[in-house]
Amino acid sequence: MGWIGDAVDSIKSIQIRQLLTQAVSLGMIVTSALIIWKALVCITGSESPVVVVLSGSMEPGFKRGDILFLHMSKDPIRSGEIVVFNVDGREIPIVHRVIKVHEREDSGEVDVLTKGDNNNGDDRLLYAQGQQWLHRHHIMGRAVGFLPYVGWVTIIMTEKPIIKYILIGALGLLVITSKD
Amino acid sequence: MHSFGYRLNGLLTFSVTILAIMCAITSLSDNLNTPSPSAEIQVMNINWFQKQPQGNDEVSLTMNISADLQTLFTWNTKQLFIFVAAEYKTPKNSLNQVSLWDAIIPSKEHAKFWIHTSNKYRFVDQGNNLRGKEFNLTLHWHVMPKTGKMFADKIVLTGYSFPEEYR
Repeated sequence: MGWIGDAVDSIKSIQIRQLLTQAVSLGMIVTSALIIWKALVCITGSESPVVVVLSGSMEPGFKRGDILFLHMSKDPIRSGEIVVFNVDGREIPIVHRVIKVHEREDSGEVDVLTKGDNNNGDDRLLYAQGQQWLHRHHIMGRAVGFLPYVGWVTIIMTEKPIIKYILIGALGLLVITSKD
Repeated sequence: MHSFGYRLNGLLTFSVTILAIMCAITSLSDNLNTPSPSAEIQVMNINWFQKQPQGNDEVSLTMNISADLQTLFTWNTKQLFIFVAAEYKTPKNSLNQVSLWDAIIPSKEHAKFWIHTSNKYRFVDQGNNLRGKEFNLTLHWHVMPKTGKMFADKIVLTGYSFPEEYR
């Protein structure tokens, strides 16, 4: 009778150990993804080092679904640069090109006007009420590189959240049912 | 270890890694290109030069722009975004850059061109400092690749100036 008790105990302990190991490896995966993301934030100096293009206002150069790599440096903002900025009170950042720059002699502050390549008019309609120019603190980064099509994954997951849940559910199932 | 799920996972990871490496190499190949572009801009006419009711100077001008940017194209170039900006200094502003005209060049064949155009975007100063002022016209180009790093450069042409009086 003793060995039945031993067998039951050993089975229980294996299961708990296995569960804990799996939980730890899942935690490791999530944490290393977070570490990579935060490292990118530090290296590029920008709060969001990678953005997905959501609208067609920069076509044919950037289409919906492309991803842009951003970098922010202390270099002055000059016309022609593609910048990502947040309008006060709006969450979604906008990626457009700088077309006018007026830099103050005394303070070094700068007035910037932007426009999407594919838009007819400049961005004054998008700025906050009464705002004519963007300033340095609105700008989150400059686009320095780009990868086509990769951003569709994010767009699909944002616009059809059911797919996000299905994916996470499937991943969770895979983790639980895997034998190692 | 040999189930369908594991094989699919391995295949996907491998293919994504290979794709990423290919994109990086493609982008690096752009560095092998040594471009030699040329450009010329002539201001044909100052159409009008007025002070607006708010107190800012505004000018409208017509230019002849000719350029040969064919050497900027590589196999990884999707398009070239070019624009002409006027740059000048005023007492209050150490630098003003106003984009006057821009265009997208989709392929190498279109990269050698000549165009006669008035300014596409309004040339408005912050203030009324433009009378008699000298300015530069700069042709900027931004190379937008099929994948990877974007490059930008410019040619600065000097010697332009505004008229002494409004007209």
